[in-house]
Amino acid sequence: MKELVILSGKGGTGKTSITAAFASLADNMVCCDADVDAADLHLILKPDFKKVHDFKAGHRAIIDPEKCTQCGQCIDLCRFDAVKDIFEIDSIECEGCGVCVDLCLEKAIDFSENICGQWYISSTRFGPMVHARLGIAQENSGKLVSHVRQKAKALAEKKKLNFILTDGPPGIGCPVIASIGQATAILIIAEPTVSGLHDMERVAQLSRHFNIPAMVCINKYDLNVDQTTNIEKFAESANIAVVGKIAFDPIFTQSMIQAKTIFEYDNNSQVSKNVRQVWENILSRNKFNTSFIGEI
Amino acid sequence: MIISIASGKGGTGKTTVATNLAISLEKDVQFLDCDVEEPNAHLFLDPTIVKKEQVVAFVPQVDLEKCTFCRKCMDICRFGAMAVLKKDVMVFENLCHSCGGCFAVCSENAIMEKERSLGTIEHGVMDHISFTNGRLEIGQVMVPPIIKKVRSFTNFETITIIDAPPGTSCPVIAAMKGADFVLLVTEPTPFGLHDLKLAVETVKLLGIPHGLVINRAGLGNDDVKSYAKKQEIPILMEIPFDKKIAKIYSNGQMIVDSLPGYREKFQELFDKIMQLMENRENR
Repeated sequence: MKELVILSGKGGTGKTSITAAFASLADNMVCCDADVDAADLHLILKPDFKKVHDFKAGHRAIIDPEKCTQCGQCIDLCRFDAVKDIFEIDSIECEGCGVCVDLCLEKAIDFSENICGQWYISSTRFGPMVHARLGIAQENSGKLVSHVRQKAKALAEKKKLNFILTDGPPGIGCPVIASIGQATAILIIAEPTVSGLHDMERVAQLSRHFNIPAMVCINKYDLNVDQTTNIEKFAESANIAVVGKIAFDPIFTQSMIQAKTIFEYDNNSQVSKNVRQVWENILSRNKFNTSFIGEI
Repeated sequence: MIISIASGKGGTGKTTVATNLAISLEKDVQFLDCDVEEPNAHLFLDPTIVKKEQVVAFVPQVDLEKCTFCRKCMDICRFGAMAVLKKDVMVFENLCHSCGGCFAVCSENAIMEKERSLGTIEHGVMDHISFTNGRLEIGQVMVPPIIKKVRSFTNFETITIIDAPPGTSCPVIAAMKGADFVLLVTEPTPFGLHDLKLAVETVKLLGIPHGLVINRAGLGNDDVKSYAKKQEIPILMEIPFDKKIAKIYSNGQMIVDSLPGYREKFQELFDKIMQLMENRENR
């Protein structure tokens, strides 16, 4: 089983559009949207949301005013300032640690399991897809990311598919770390801007920290060729392969508006050729299609 | 007066709007970069850094001489950060949320608080802007404590501009909560609209007045505008889709320094925000 995770550090560099394009090229694939906070891949892949499941994680503390004697112990114990002076718990601040629940002398604090989102197993025109939606202002995004990846893996095993294509979240924090554990490789979509370079450097450090091989694809490369050179230099110094460059072209937006991949929108465009080349480079460099994964 | 700049979707132009707005104002401004996973504002504002400090969290350290291996600490820990063995206690620092449960239940006083580094904070200045950012250490996951630390430096006497992270979960909440106004930055594309809707739900949940900046206007379609109209969200500024602007941004330069008329446009944006706040107070 192979899994390629698409990351970028910085948001808006083209992760999702490129993932959608790859989904149409990949064989024997399960697609996985690990950006559970602001998932967008479904806008192009149009999954059928066939199987909907609640995602339960963590607990939410609620004080029962009937039992509460207002002793103030919970206020003193809470390190997250979630217990208000009127003996109500601010659910947004509550970390779900349960310390107030366990140590309340009156057992006046309820701690029911929290439904913090939904996850789905769907069919798309390119194959099965596992995706999710985290509830607004919910915690546990990392747990939901791990969950959809586990489900994608189980689905791939069941359907005897050997490749998982995962669209990752932006940043380098909890959900990103949850999206890369055990992955075969990371593809960083970088853009030739000072922030694009800065942010890809942090993702590269993260990949090294967790010992997951990384590659880089430079999107909008001709927007700023000097910055593109800087990315290439950095990649070389960090021993990260540059697997291709994609031209700056609003065609990505035009195809997005029609809910199409760039190939479906215009198969012969320069951008389509670029993306196809990137895909071929990934497959050949990293032997994603054989059982050998050492030499990435 | 705290203005938090957020978006839902990443890469819509939060930092562009936040930095250009800050630099355009002709009064003292505080800038707090709360996108601690990928802080970028310093690349544009280029502040002179005057002070650096660590952000720490407390994790338990067990004194095995005193420990009776009663397992109370392991039982109260909801995050699986402690494992009590026959004659040892393992602490998984990366799983610890610093809730203090283990300290509170230990009847032998065998648990001490040890500091663990989550990231760093930098303070700097650039002309009329006083600047603070947070930076998550590679491999760490505890983002909200760093954002809260950055926000603990809020100067309530001046205008504070917060550059928020993308998304709709805990880091964004930490960067928006308590703000007087949230400026949402979006792009007129299906992804932009989809994530804008999530951001609007988030702001509404927090009950904060908000307005919209449409970046790369003209790139996609009019759906964002129709949505804003329907939801009665005021569109306070439009920045056109222009390769010149993209190029300026790519070099780490400011639009207001490079293109004529933009300083005034950002000042207008600020005036509109103030006007909205005033109208609200009068109501």
